[in-house]
Amino acid sequence: MSIKKISKDQPDKFEFSADNLLEAKKILERYPKDKKKSAVMALLYLAQNQNNNWIPLAAIKYIGKFLEMPYIKVYEVATFYSMYNLTPVGKYFIQVCTTTPCMLRGAYELVNLCKEKISKNENELSKNQNCSWMEVECLGACINAPMMQINNDYYEDLDKEKTLKILNEIINNVTPKPGSYRGRSNSEPENNRKTLMEIKNA
Amino acid sequence: MLKDQDRIFTNLYNDKGTDVEASKKRGDWNNTKEFCEKGKDWIINEIKSSELRGRGGAGFPTGLKWSFCPKEISNRPHYLVINADESEPGTCKDRDILRFEPQKLIEGCFIASYAVNAHVCYIYIRGEYFNEGKKLQEAIDEAYEKKLIGKNACGTNWDLDIYIHYGAGAYICGEETALLESLEGNKGQPRLKPPFPALIGLYGCPTIINNVETIAVVPTILRRGAKWFSSLGKPKNTGTKIFCISGNVNNPCNVEEEMGIPLKDLIQIHAGGVTGGWENLQAVIPGGSSMPLLPKKICETITMDFDSLIKEKSGLGTAGIVVINNDQDIIKCMARIARFYKHESCGQCTPCREGSGWMWRMLERMGKGEASKDEVDMLMDVTKQIEGHTICAFGEGSAWPVQGLLRHFKKEIEKRNNFNPLIERNKNIPYLVDQHLLDKDNA
Repeated sequence: MSIKKISKDQPDKFEFSADNLLEAKKILERYPKDKKKSAVMALLYLAQNQNNNWIPLAAIKYIGKFLEMPYIKVYEVATFYSMYNLTPVGKYFIQVCTTTPCMLRGAYELVNLCKEKISKNENELSKNQNCSWMEVECLGACINAPMMQINNDYYEDLDKEKTLKILNEIINNVTPKPGSYRGRSNSEPENNRKTLMEIKNA
Repeated sequence: MLKDQDRIFTNLYNDKGTDVEASKKRGDWNNTKEFCEKGKDWIINEIKSSELRGRGGAGFPTGLKWSFCPKEISNRPHYLVINADESEPGTCKDRDILRFEPQKLIEGCFIASYAVNAHVCYIYIRGEYFNEGKKLQEAIDEAYEKKLIGKNACGTNWDLDIYIHYGAGAYICGEETALLESLEGNKGQPRLKPPFPALIGLYGCPTIINNVETIAVVPTILRRGAKWFSSLGKPKNTGTKIFCISGNVNNPCNVEEEMGIPLKDLIQIHAGGVTGGWENLQAVIPGGSSMPLLPKKICETITMDFDSLIKEKSGLGTAGIVVINNDQDIIKCMARIARFYKHESCGQCTPCREGSGWMWRMLERMGKGEASKDEVDMLMDVTKQIEGHTICAFGEGSAWPVQGLLRHFKKEIEKRNNFNPLIERNKNIPYLVDQHLLDKDNA
C-alpha cells in the first residue's frame, strides 16, 4: 500500500466548469440511473484535469454532493488509486517506470537523471516550478523498456542521452515528441522481424 | 513457427491501419450476423469445443465460464465486462490489441454479449493507457456509426452499448471482483468467491468478465471453426497466444505464436537471443511477475503452455516473458518485484498487507548480504503463510516469485548471507526475550 500525502494548501472552493459539467452529465449516462456512484472515478479525473492535475479536498466534497455519496467514500477512492494526485504536481509530470523489466534495461539511470535535472526527491517541483517526477510501478510497456510517461504520453526505448534531451526540453517548456526514441514502430522486433512479412510488404 | 495465415492478430504491428474498412479487409465483421442467427448455444458450444482458455492469467476455459451465466434474463440485466487493466510486469499484449486491433475486440464484445444475454458491456482500461483508450473510443464511435453496435447491432435485433471505464493505477483491479468493485465506484478491494460473478457480479447482476485477448480471438474462432483453433497448440492448451518478450534480449517484442512453442525458440528466433548469448542466460520469468522464475537448465527444454509450466511449478500466466541474464543480480531483481507487490497490495487481508512488505524488506537485505542464515528459511515460511490465506490470488502472486527464487537460487542467497543470527550467541538471561538486541550498540 502506498501512503498519500494531502496538500496543506487547499483552495476553499471547487466547482466544475460549464464544459465539465456537461461532460459529467454525459458520463453519468453510461451507468444505470440508480448507480451514479460508478461515475466517481471519471469525475475525479475531470476535477484533476480542471485543477492543474491535482485534486483538492473541496473537489472531493463537491463530487460527493454531485453523486449523492458520502464524502468519506469519495475520499476513500481518491486516496486508494495512485493516479489521483492530492498534492500539486508540475505542469510536466514525469512518471518513470522502475519495475523489474524496465530495471533490467536501465530504468534507474533515468531516475538518476531526474534527480539531477529536476529535483532531488520525488514529488518535488523543479526550480522553475514546471515539472516534477516520481517512480511508478509497471506502466505496461515492458517491450519498450526503459520508458517513462509524461502527462498522458509514453516515451519509450530510452537511454541516458535521449532522456537527457527530453528532460532538457521539458525544463524549457517544450513538449517532446512521444513514442519510441529508437525509431522502431510499436512493439515489433527491431531489424529482426520474422512474422507477417507479406502483410508488411504487400 | 506458426504460419502467417494462422495468425489471428495480423495487424499486431500496425502495418495496415485500424479503421473499420481496413479491419474488414482482414476479415473482421464478416458474417457476424450469421453467427448470431445460429444461436447462443451454438456460439457457446463452438467456444467450448475450441478449448479456448482465458488469456488473463488463470487459464479458465472460456466456454465453460459463459455457460455459467443464466440462460434467461430475469429481472436483473446481464453484463459483460472486459478486463483491460493490464498491469502485470512483463506484459503488454492488451495494449497492442487496444491500439491496433480494436475492431476485433469490439466484434468479440458483440458476440460475447449476444451469447451471454448482455446489452451493456464495460471495458475497464487501466488509467495509464489514456491514448490507447482514446483510440479504442474512436473505434467504438466508428462502429456505432456503421451500425455494427448500438441499437439493432449488425441487423440482429440485439442492442449493445459499449462503454469505457478508466482505472486509476491500481494493479489489484485486474482481479475480477476488485474490478467490479472499482466499476461500482468503490476502492478496488476483491470480494469473496462464491458467489461467482457469473451469478452475482456487477451491481449484483450476472456478469461475465473476460480478458481483452480472450474476447478478441472469439470472432476468428467462430469464423474459422473450433476445429482449426483446437488443431493448433497442444491438447487442452489450444490455439495461439501473444507472447511478450522483454528484459535482457536483443530484440524485445510482442509476437503471436502457437501455444506450446519451446521457450528457447521464442527467445532465440523472435527476440534475437539473450544479450551476451544463450550461455549468458541466468533465469526467465515465464508468465508475468507473479509466476515463479525458471533457471537456465529448465529454459533449455520447457514449452510454453499452461500444463507444462505447471509441471515445473511455474505457470503461463499472461505469457509475459522476462529474460534475466548473468549481468543482473537475481536477488535484487526479485526484491524489486517484491516491492511491486508491497506497493500494490490493497490492504484488505492481513497476511498479504503485512507479508508483502516483510518479504520485500528481507529480500532487500538479502541483496545487500545483510540478512542472517536463518532468515532464508523464515522467508520461505512467510511466503507459505501468505499463500492460500487471502481473499484473492494476489497472495499467491506475491508469494510465488519469492518461492521460485528460493527454489532455484537458494545457494546464491546463502552464499551472500552467511552469518549466524545474533540470537544464537545466548546471553542466558532467562527473562529477556530480545536477547539478540544486546549485541547491537543502539539497543
